Amino acid sequence: MSITANKWQLNDEDGDFFYIGNSECEGRFRRDDGYVHLVFRQGRKSALLIQVFRDWNMTEMLSGGDMLIRSLQDEGVEYIFGYPGGSALHIYDAIFRQQKIEHILVRHEQAATHMADGYARSTGQPGVVLVTSGPGATNAITGIATAYMDSIPMVVIAGQVPRDLIGTDAFQETDMVGISRPVVKHSFMVRDASEIPGIVKKAFHIATTGRPGPVVIDVPKDTTDPAETFEYDYSKPFSLRSYRPAYEGDMDQVKAAVAAILEAKRPVFYVGGGVIQANAKESLRALVRAVGAPVASTLMGLGAYPGTDELSLGMLGMHGTYEANMAMDETDLVIALGARFDDRVTNNPDKFSPKAKIIHMDIDPASINKIVDSQIALVGDGQWVIEAIWSEYQTQLKQRSAHQTDSQAEQLSDWWQQLNGWRKDHGLNHNLKPEPGKAILPQLAVQTLYRVTKGDAFVSSDVGQHQMFAAQYYHFDEPRRWINSGGLGTMGFGLPAAMGVQMGSPGAVVACVTGEGSFMMNMQELSTCLQYGLPIKIINLNNQALGMVKQWQDMQYGGRHSQSSYSDSLPDFKTLVEAFGHVGIKVSDASELDAAMEWAFSEENKNRLVFVDVWVDPHEHVYPMAIKGGAMRDMILSKTQTSGGA
Amino acid sequence: MRAILAVLLENEAGALSRVVGLFAQRHYNIETLTVAPTEDLTLSRLTLTTTGDEDRIAQIIKQLDKLVEVISVINLCSDEHVERELLLVKVRAEGEARQEVKRSADIFRGQIIDVTSDTYTVQLVGPSNKLDAFILAIGENGAEVTILEVVRSGVSGMGRGNRVLSV
Ligand SMILES: Cc1ncc(C[n+]2csc(CCOP(=O)(O)OP(=O)(O)O)c2C)c(N)n1
Ligand SMILES: [Mg+2]
Repeated sequence: MSITANKWQLNDEDGDFFYIGNSECEGRFRRDDGYVHLVFRQGRKSALLIQVFRDWNMTEMLSGGDMLIRSLQDEGVEYIFGYPGGSALHIYDAIFRQQKIEHILVRHEQAATHMADGYARSTGQPGVVLVTSGPGATNAITGIATAYMDSIPMVVIAGQVPRDLIGTDAFQETDMVGISRPVVKHSFMVRDASEIPGIVKKAFHIATTGRPGPVVIDVPKDTTDPAETFEYDYSKPFSLRSYRPAYEGDMDQVKAAVAAILEAKRPVFYVGGGVIQANAKESLRALVRAVGAPVASTLMGLGAYPGTDELSLGMLGMHGTYEANMAMDETDLVIALGARFDDRVTNNPDKFSPKAKIIHMDIDPASINKIVDSQIALVGDGQWVIEAIWSEYQTQLKQRSAHQTDSQAEQLSDWWQQLNGWRKDHGLNHNLKPEPGKAILPQLAVQTLYRVTKGDAFVSSDVGQHQMFAAQYYHFDEPRRWINSGGLGTMGFGLPAAMGVQMGSPGAVVACVTGEGSFMMNMQELSTCLQYGLPIKIINLNNQALGMVKQWQDMQYGGRHSQSSYSDSLPDFKTLVEAFGHVGIKVSDASELDAAMEWAFSEENKNRLVFVDVWVDPHEHVYPMAIKGGAMRDMILSKTQTSGGA
Repeated sequence: MRAILAVLLENEAGALSRVVGLFAQRHYNIETLTVAPTEDLTLSRLTLTTTGDEDRIAQIIKQLDKLVEVISVINLCSDEHVERELLLVKVRAEGEARQEVKRSADIFRGQIIDVTSDTYTVQLVGPSNKLDAFILAIGENGAEVTILEVVRSGVSGMGRGNRVLSV
């Protein structure tokens, strides 16, 4: 620690105390709580030295490692999810010497990224990860890619070998900027320690604005060297002339969109994760209710509009509801908000919504006309655009004749009749009853979870059949409650993501609906859960197989189950979690399901991690399922039934 | 459709690799690529030629624009522009053929910039199709002329008149 200032000078150093003085005042200060308190001889008794620095126009001198951590503090970071190693040790020492940010020590770097991701998805705040160079950095890649595909704000700090060793194939050297390039929104390499605060500031700005995404900062060890100090001033503005995300949409397009909405006979809202990212829940709800059109949600958009609301058709796409997919096929106006026409939604884009005009809103201009051409494009912040549409809608509505309004109301009511018919014919049955003595239906397990948690839990999931059952049978009425890897489809995401959610919302009920295959991809984190007392409830839909793979093999490969089973060698999960210091219960009879689920979420287990190992029917398939290459109306509805023309 | 994309980007380490990486990652092809700092040393200007239908070119431009270090992008081909490429070609030519090569170079307004007893190195500047034509013409001189080496700079270009790419 040293200070430079024209008015002040460092007089002496004595153990933990530093004596400073000038003509006006004299004092001593010491490290305390990560801050330095100044104790004056006269006048004020003590003051935060940082404040004094500002008041007296002084600059603080910090090492690169300390600047990095102080920058994170100044960004308001609560948690760092990380794992130490050689190249990151100066940074870890800086963490040790402060108390503002809590570091969560994971058991595998991939899990650190998923935790930060779960934290970000559930709170809306960027997640922060710290890993060492080489294997630490490469282990983080899967989680970075997961966040990238779902546009999750995240800042990943990776240690790097010292600058003079870069390019020499040094121990634990890997080109992190290069390896991560295709899966980051942006990345920085620290070339000089003095750049650190500015880089951190830019990284957070880029990660959280526009279309959010992960940003990597590669930090060579010598730039964090405690021996060298630099002026630290986080308030300095930065310039990024090449980065100007769109905020306001184009008013002409807004007007055109509203005119189209007022013309439409069979409109449908197609809502994606972008609406959640934009925190546009209220505006969306107001708009949807004003228009009275149905809402089909993507896997990522669940909760943006309340799942239990009568205007909600549930999820659309590959495993979407019959009514949502039929609506997309029959509609004459798709109002796509913060959704990107993913191939898991559109099925064959050439046959997508054949009768419809398309309005597409997205913050990312590159999403527009990428897969499906839209006639009206709205590039801008979700909240801004939806609000603009809403208020323009009110304006244009007033200019309409009573006749126009009536005839639209009539058309809309016909449309709803059709929608309700589809719902009645092939909608999901949410009143499944347990059949004692029989294998448990995985859908029933999710339905029970929904009932026991009163629909109010945060639910994370992994990838596979269980994920689709969770999306279909748990209704999300609020955004940021459904936490799942939609874009990359990363098995192993569920548990660590749930942990990040629990860190961000300590009192909340957090459930992880997983499959035994996915769970085993990151189960080492049970140890981290014990360390930080995370009372997550893990609902393992155990079908003793890579169920989704098996389903495809059943349907497309004549039932040849190539490498999709391990039923002879599964661990006893109850014993397994007990070994990690948690509690578990195994249920295999439908009649025991209720009690087991109630117990898991009971007061008794409020502060404990509980693993509910639900042995479900291994033969169950996820339906509806889109027929490959078809239109959205083309679905397999059960093992014996299909719809549409394919 | 051929597109000549003019890109202004931050003159920073790593910026070029992001552009090239984007093309590889999304299976866009790069036919030519030239890059150098501009009169403002904080900026690099890159000219890139690629092909694709209208949608693809539009998508390439948007994806380029999304890169944090890219300041602006235009497709020169979408309006009037000038384009130039530099060609150096070294040929072996003996006897009668030496005159032929020299004549071809003159016709195309090329310059001979290096001579040995059995080789010529010709420099030619112009739009890419003119360079193509020259290489063909030289090749048509029969067995006496052999092309030993060809190096092309890739296309550089600018909009005509007031069409300016700037920060
Ligand atoms: C890391 C990773 N590897 C492979 C896959 C491909 N994959 C998708 S679903 C699935 C099976 C998942 O099994 P399980 O977790 O038991 O869930 P289930 O489908 O049985 O419910 C596999 C292997 C993936 N999504 N992620
Ligand atoms: Mg399974």
